[in-house]
Formats: sequence, C-alpha cells, structure tokens
Amino acid sequence: MSRPQSQAEYLARLVPPSVAGINRRSLLAGAAGTGALLGTGLLAGCGDDSSSGGSSKDVSLGSNQSDPKPKDVLVKVTDGFKTSSGVQVAINTVDHNTFQENINNYLQGKPDDVFTWFAGYRMRFFAQKGLASDISDVWGKLSGYSDAFKKASTGDDGKQYFVPASYYPWAVFYRKSVWQQHGYQVPTTLDQFTALGAQMKRDGLTPIAFADKDGWPAMGTFDILNLRINGYQFHIDLMAGKEAWTSDKVKKVFDTWAGLLPLHQPDSLGRTWQEAAQSLQQKKSGMYLLGLFVGQQFSNEEQSDLDFFTFPEIDPAIGAKALDAPIDGYMMARKPKNEDNARKLMEYFGGKDAGDITVKSDPTTLVANGSADVSGYTALQKKAAELVGSATEIAQFLDRDTRPDFASTVIIPALQQFIKNPKDIGGLTSSIENQKKSIFTD
Amino acid sequence: MSDLPLIQADRAVPPPASTTSTGGRRRRLRLLSRTDRVVITLMVLVPLLLVTGLVWLPAAATVLLSGTNWDGIGPLDEIEFVGARNYSDVVNIYPPFVPAVQHNLLWLAALFVVATPFGMFLAVLLDKELRGSRFYQTALYLPVVLSLALIGFVWQLLYSRDQGLINAVFGSSIDWYGDSSVNIWAVMVASGWRHVGYIMLLYLAGLKGVDPSLREAAAVDGASESRAFFRVVFPVMRPINIIVLVVTVIESLRAFDLVWVVNKGRNGLELISALVTQNVVGEASRIGFGSALATIMLVVSLVFITIYLATVMRENRE
Repeated sequence: MSRPQSQAEYLARLVPPSVAGINRRSLLAGAAGTGALLGTGLLAGCGDDSSSGGSSKDVSLGSNQSDPKPKDVLVKVTDGFKTSSGVQVAINTVDHNTFQENINNYLQGKPDDVFTWFAGYRMRFFAQKGLASDISDVWGKLSGYSDAFKKASTGDDGKQYFVPASYYPWAVFYRKSVWQQHGYQVPTTLDQFTALGAQMKRDGLTPIAFADKDGWPAMGTFDILNLRINGYQFHIDLMAGKEAWTSDKVKKVFDTWAGLLPLHQPDSLGRTWQEAAQSLQQKKSGMYLLGLFVGQQFSNEEQSDLDFFTFPEIDPAIGAKALDAPIDGYMMARKPKNEDNARKLMEYFGGKDAGDITVKSDPTTLVANGSADVSGYTALQKKAAELVGSATEIAQFLDRDTRPDFASTVIIPALQQFIKNPKDIGGLTSSIENQKKSIFTD
Repeated sequence: MSDLPLIQADRAVPPPASTTSTGGRRRRLRLLSRTDRVVITLMVLVPLLLVTGLVWLPAAATVLLSGTNWDGIGPLDEIEFVGARNYSDVVNIYPPFVPAVQHNLLWLAALFVVATPFGMFLAVLLDKELRGSRFYQTALYLPVVLSLALIGFVWQLLYSRDQGLINAVFGSSIDWYGDSSVNIWAVMVASGWRHVGYIMLLYLAGLKGVDPSLREAAAVDGASESRAFFRVVFPVMRPINIIVLVVTVIESLRAFDLVWVVNKGRNGLELISALVTQNVVGEASRIGFGSALATIMLVVSLVFITIYLATVMRENRE
C-alpha cells in the first residue's frame, strides 16, 4: 500500500493483476519481472558454482523502480557506481506493485544482492525475520545523514539494515494566490487552524480537500493528529502494537478529528486523491494535507503557486516538529552472493555522489543525504527539505510503520467507518483493539 | 419415427456385447491392445492427477491452513496451529464479514430477481423480430464482451461525484461509489448491465430452438400470447432455464472484479471473495485468516453446487 508515484501508476494499481494482463505493457512488464526473478534464480545457481571466479566483478540489484523516470535515475546512479568501483550492477526491474506483493516470496527465494525497499516497520519486520543483512559497518562510513534518518534505518536490535535514498514530506498544501487574495495567514495552533477553516467556509471555499476512496490518504490525517497530540514515541508504539487503541490518548485523536471533519470535503469515500488535489488546483479548496506528490496534479506554470506549511501544533508540550516523511532506499539480502560488492554498492547509494546524480536527474524527489549538492532544487523542494531537516522525528506513514496485514485489513476499513460515522469512537477503538490483539500475536 | 430405413431383423448384425458367453468377453478384452490400455490409463490418470493437484489438494490445503496463523514466511514445519481461532475471529471481531455475506446474498437476489428476468424479457421481445432487432441485440450484448474491471472504469465516468456524468447532468451531488448506502446498488446496476445481455443471448438462442409448431398449436387452442409463453414455451426450455440459473449463481459468486476496481471491496462493497484477496494476496499475508474466509466461501459454493448436481441428476434419471 505504498503511495503511487505517478498517475499512470495509480491507474495501473486500480486494475487487479488478473485483469492487468489485457494491457500489453504490463503483461510484458510482468513477463519481464518473472523472467528477472527466474533469471536471478539461475544466476544464483551459477554463482554458487564459481563463487570465487569472475562473478566478483558484479552485483545484482532488485528494483521496484518500474516507472521510466526513476528507472532512468537508477541506471545513472549505478553507472556512477560502475565508474568509481569498476563493479558491474545487474538491475532486475520488477513492476512496482508486483515487487511489493511478492516481497515475501522474493526474499525467501533467491533475492538479488541488494533491493529497493522502504524505511519503517516494513523494513524492521523483514530485518527481524532474518531476511535482510545487518549493514551497521556501512553506516560507519556514511556521512551527511541526520539522526532522524539513522533512526529510520535502524532495526529493533539497534543495528542498521537500510540505506535511505529519497523521501517526501507530508504537509498542508495551498495555493499562494488564493491565500493572498483572501489574506490568509499560516496557522500555528489548532485554534488558528480551525478559525482559518471557518473563514474559508465563509469565503465559499471547501477548507480542507479530502479523499479516502483508496483507503490510505486518511492514514495521513490520523498520523499527523496522533503525532501532534501524543507525540512520536506513542505513535510508533501504537503502530508496533504496544499501546492499546482503546486508551484515552487514541480516543482524543479521533475526537479531535471528528471536530475537524466538518471542515473536510464531504463524501470523501468516493473520491481519489487526484480528484481532491484537483479541487485545490481549481481553487475550490483552501488546503490539502498530502505528500509532496500533490504537485503532480499541477501544471508546470502552477508549480510556483504551490506552497505548504507543517500541520500546526496541538499540544505545546509536544510541539509540531514531528512529521510523516516516507523514505525510500535500499536493503541488502540476507546472504548476498557478492557480499563485498553489495556492501560497496550500499555505501555508494548512501554517499554524496549518488545523491548528486539523483538531484541532477530527477526534480521530483528529495535526496536523503544532506551533503548532496541541492542547488538544483525548486523553491518547493528546498522548503520541503528544510522542513524535514528541522524535524525532530520522522514517521514513515501508517502503512509503513505497522504490520502490513494490520494496516490494510483493519485500519483502512476502520478509518473509513470513522469517516462515515464519527460518533461511535468507543465502538470503533474497541473493534480495532480486538483485531489488533488477534494479529499482533508474535 | 425416424427417416432411417428400418433394418430387417434377420439382416441385423448382432451387437458384440449381447453375445453372452464369457468367451466373448475375453475376446473383447483381447481387442484392447497394449497401446489402448496405455492410452486409457493415461486418460484416467492425467486428468485425475490434474484435478487432484490443482483442485483437491489446494482446497484441502486451504482448509488445513485455515487452522493456522501462518504469515507466509518461514519453513512449513514452523506453522503454528491455532484451532478454530480464525473462524471465531472472522465471525466475532472482523467487521467486514457480516456485510460481505449480506452483499453476496443481495447480489445473488438482485441478479436472480431483476437482471435475469429482464434479460429474458428482452430476449422474448427480440424474438418477435422487431425492426432493427439486430441493432438492439448487438447493443445489449456489447457489455458482455467487456471485462467487469473495464465496466468498473466505464461506470466510474458516470458515477464520479465531482466529475461524473450523472451528477453533471442532473446537478446532483450523490457520491455513487463512495456513499455506502448507495454504492452497492450503483455497482449492481453496472454488474446487471452486463448480466442482462448475457442472459438475453442465452435465452434468445433457446427461444430460436423452440419448435414453432408448439406455438401454432397453442394459438390454435386459443391460448393468449402470455399464456402460451408461460404454459408452453417456458417449460419446453427447461435445459436453457437451468443453464441460466447456473450462470446467474456463478456470476453472483464471482462478482469480484467490479468491486475490486471500484475500491478494493471496502466501504459498503464488501464481498467474501474480496476479503479473501485482501487478506491473502500481497504484503499483508494473513494466510491462515484468509484461508478461513476462503473455506467459508467454499462451503457456500458447495451449497449451490449440491443443489445444481441434485437437479441435474434428477433430470438424468427421468
């Protein structure tokens, strides 16, 4: 349940895999993916026979970057690695969704030496299951990362398993021109935020664009409210199943949300995030809490009209310094065939050079390494990078911070139930808690 | 009775099986050459293996796994049995389950009570050879060649709350796919749209096959049009009626693609098949829990399969 990176990808995921076959491109992609997986297995067989032979000059990389743009960036980055180390990287690209859906089987079979993945519980889960390698030594050689990034790369045992590459923050986006026209000010407290919403209503705007047809966007609202009301540590513990959903702390999150719901765009359960973003683009909505990818719904000329602020403070003791900023990056398989090269590649991915190449090739991502040359950033990118840089803690988004089975089978229906009927918070939280107890058993 | 020339009894060749001596039977066995026996063995064995391997074993595995809490990771010998916990969880603490069962039944009822009779009605109309009936026939059959997933997209253009055709034309703001009190009906209209064409074509084929002399005889006897249809034509089409019944049941049980395309079977569009997929496929592999749901679906399907088989067997006995 990762967020789609582009509209094409979003549309592609609407189609169930059984039907996707009618699309020639995805059929080919699937075939190529299967081929890649099979090919990997064959390569693995060969590698075992001649482990000390010629294969020491290459390393394999499993990639979910199947969209043209990121795929191209990855090729450029690995080319840079080849130039600096002389090691050839074989990239096995698998369709983005297929990659995630098959990750269990992939990692238990013969995975590539290094593979693309996400930070958060999603990473810690596989680290704890022993399906990834400890790369603490690589982290010893890395520089330019804030503590927040290191924390997000650390497993439950305190060792690092992940190298961050890029990320995007979640914030409240708005159009400068609309705000100038009405003379709105950026709110810094919840009261100011609700007052602003009420003013927008009077001005004939929908205060907060909102969509939850696909189930995941509402998670962003829950995350930020929980981070503002109860703080990062409680949020993470709640996601890890260590805290009770029936506690007053969680109820307060839902209560606050229920208070804000009248400011949200109605009928959100039938709307996609693209449609909600278009209401912001068409100046019908005043603001929209979403990831940086909201910019995809704006034309190039309108990009400079887009601005954002971080969700305002609710409890002064907690502040407003934590946020959701999902990080994409790389992990190393549990038994890489070319362990030395794999470690070298991981180090390169985390280094300044890889960051520089990414900045130059892709204007829609933020680079995780703080020492990378970011002079090519747009104003929005710069501001987004500053926001994340000043964050004290970075959460990864609900479906990356908790068990995937819990997020998709329990939380999505529960949040949709809440949006439908915000009154029965007691019944809702006890239903979540009952299901949580059954899922978090090990 | 038949146009074939009657065979003279004295010239008829006695069928080999009717020679009752055991010697005859032995001779017949000897007729099966070595190759024949190999072929027959293969013809029995291969389908048997296929059916066992691809149908029975997975079904048995599903039932077995439904008693575990396996997450799809780790060796099979580490699977932990949890007894009937998955089933009690499904029934007691899994909110989407009850709506899913209701929706499956609702789906069956709507196709059976509304869409199927409507398809039959259209078939009867088209059977009257109205002017332009080929055009109507094609138009009504067109949706059937589309996949249900595509139909979901097509109707999305009509149903979208902010950008859809229906709300634009009528100036309404009904959230057709998002409001859980209307979306099941909206989706069923889309599903019925296709089902009607399907039934219409099946039924039209049946109507064309009805002996015209039957209708003439009914007309001569002074039966009204509707009386002739219900008393003469309808009963004659019994085999088609059974096929239509079976198609309706199958369509309602496999109603999955449409809700999956709309919103992955959530928020008012829960179906058991969608819940199974949500739990088993992908990163969220609650394989044990999903298997329990799948087993429940298997039991539901078995009810219909039993009814069907019972009907067909009774038919054959008559």
